[in-house]
Amino acid sequence: MNTEKLDFLTEKAKEIRISTIEMIGNLGVGHIGGALSIVELLTALYNGIMDIDPEDPKKANRDKLVLSKGHAGPALYATLADRGFFDKSWLSTLNAGGTMLPSHCDMNRTPGIDMTTGSLGQGLSAAAGLCLSNRMSGIDKRVFAVIGDGESNEGQIWEAAMAASQFCLDKLTAFTDYNKMQIDGMTADVMDLGDIEGKWASFGWDVQRIDGHDIEAIFNTVEKADVETDKPSMIILDTVKGKGCFFAEGNLSNHNMAFNSTQAAEAIALLRKENKYGNA
Amino acid sequence: MGMRETYTESLIRLAEKDERICLLDADLRVGHGTKPFYDRFPDRAINCGVAEANMLGIAAGLAAGGKIPFAETFGCFAARRAFDQFFISGNYAGLNVKLLGSDPGVTAAFNGGTHMPFEDLALMRAIPGLTIVSPCDPYSLGELMEPLAYSDGCVYLRMPRKAEQQIYMGNEKIELGRGKVLKEGSDITIAATGFVMVPEALKAAELLDKDGISAAVIDFHTIKPLDTDLIEEWAGKTTMIVTMENHQKSGGFGGAVAEHLSSTKPVPVFRIGIEDRFGQVGTEAFLKQDYGLTAEQSAPLIRDFFYKLK
Ligand SMILES: Cc1ncc(C[n+]2csc(CCOP(=O)(O)OP(=O)(O)O)c2C)c(N)n1
Ligand SMILES: [Mg+2]
Repeated sequence: MNTEKLDFLTEKAKEIRISTIEMIGNLGVGHIGGALSIVELLTALYNGIMDIDPEDPKKANRDKLVLSKGHAGPALYATLADRGFFDKSWLSTLNAGGTMLPSHCDMNRTPGIDMTTGSLGQGLSAAAGLCLSNRMSGIDKRVFAVIGDGESNEGQIWEAAMAASQFCLDKLTAFTDYNKMQIDGMTADVMDLGDIEGKWASFGWDVQRIDGHDIEAIFNTVEKADVETDKPSMIILDTVKGKGCFFAEGNLSNHNMAFNSTQAAEAIALLRKENKYGNA
Repeated sequence: MGMRETYTESLIRLAEKDERICLLDADLRVGHGTKPFYDRFPDRAINCGVAEANMLGIAAGLAAGGKIPFAETFGCFAARRAFDQFFISGNYAGLNVKLLGSDPGVTAAFNGGTHMPFEDLALMRAIPGLTIVSPCDPYSLGELMEPLAYSDGCVYLRMPRKAEQQIYMGNEKIELGRGKVLKEGSDITIAATGFVMVPEALKAAELLDKDGISAAVIDFHTIKPLDTDLIEEWAGKTTMIVTMENHQKSGGFGGAVAEHLSSTKPVPVFRIGIEDRFGQVGTEAFLKQDYGLTAEQSAPLIRDFFYKLK
């Protein structure tokens, strides 16, 4: 990736992070931690990786994303608004009565959302179904899914893992947002995922592992995941929950956090001061 | 003190006396405020991670081993995700699993439609022999915790986590399986259940009073077994029964009342509840209004129905 493109995407990720913090700050409470850990991923997916058209969000021949950890909706809304799926003014309506942007992803409300999620563990199965549907219709497009590390406690994740491998869903690329935290603490303390790479490999998946905040690495691994094998792909993203928001990052209570717009503004000011290397 | 604090305190009190009492979470320990139990009884508290079905299976195993397990998660996951495990491993197996389904109906608020159980009572009511409880304030919850722990078989406890409110003075006798008359009345009887709707019922009764309609209000903290004696008594004393619940109209508390009366003492039953709709995101106040659960919306409907009967 040339530096110009990388700089552009890095700057974009920063703006999306800022919108996410702003949106939740306006409301006063929200799933800030798990939203911020996937900002680089969403930035990369919607700005260069996925074949999508904001003018025609439902076109049949497109790549799709299932945000299985649906509580991270706000980060995806910021990404979609930035990409032009809907007006940025919508972002201030998060969770308001009648909103198009509910806390958890809803495909019947928000342009650009490909699957309804929020009950953890269900999205990866739906992504497998989308792949099978594409195969039946002769559509040669990719399906992406994002699952949480806490979410991976759910048995259904592993049912989907087995099925995707059995059905040779090579067009399926899933990401585990391995931010090492769930609600009640560190995943290692609540329900340890152990050898996470080994687990996915033993379920028959191609496995890669990268720094989930490294945009260039995301592009490279996603490209590699697409080379012809008959296996689905899992990309483990080592991430930081609450990344880039000083009061959320590293805070064990950052899952569904209350903060106001003044605090949000402080965090945003700090982000704006940072240079492209992440140093203030 | 709010509902979850009362819940945790009661459990600790019970666990101090009885070492069979244990607690299970599914990565919502923080949300349910049960950490004091973990601190006090680390060997009797089990966090199963985000795996509700597994949690209910483990709870059933604990019960089969002679323990009295209390498992907790949001009502949507308690009723939907883990239904078969609760049904088979718990209820059908004749075991003793106590399940808390929190944030029922509109109290799920900002968590939105995926998290908003309007159907948990319908599912749970269909389980033979299950005890279903939906207390309206911390005091009545606290009074019910011991009978629930020692009731025979499984329990489904439906309540919001965070809210505080006081309906009872704190010296009343609250009996599992027995409704409680909160206000006398001679024209109609409002039977209400739960934290959200009992206060609305009291308010609706006040509004009806202004129209010259005298409404009794009864708190049905126990939905199953239903206090059929009390229902029949008031069906005899007043012209009609109104039910109020933070749940789908179909299959819920009002359904239970109507089913019973239709074959014992048929009187008109007017049901306030959610009309065949899914949940959505919003503040609790917005949602109550949008689903027509407020006293201000209900009272005129009840009044018109009552006038039509006359
Ligand atoms: C089936 C189900 N159980 C419980 C929840 C409540 N819940 C929401 S997020 C969460 C923790 C998820 O942890 P993780 O997947 O690691 O999310 P992240 O750290 O990415 O925010 C839980 C338990 C839910 N949404 N769905
Ligand atoms: Mg996590």
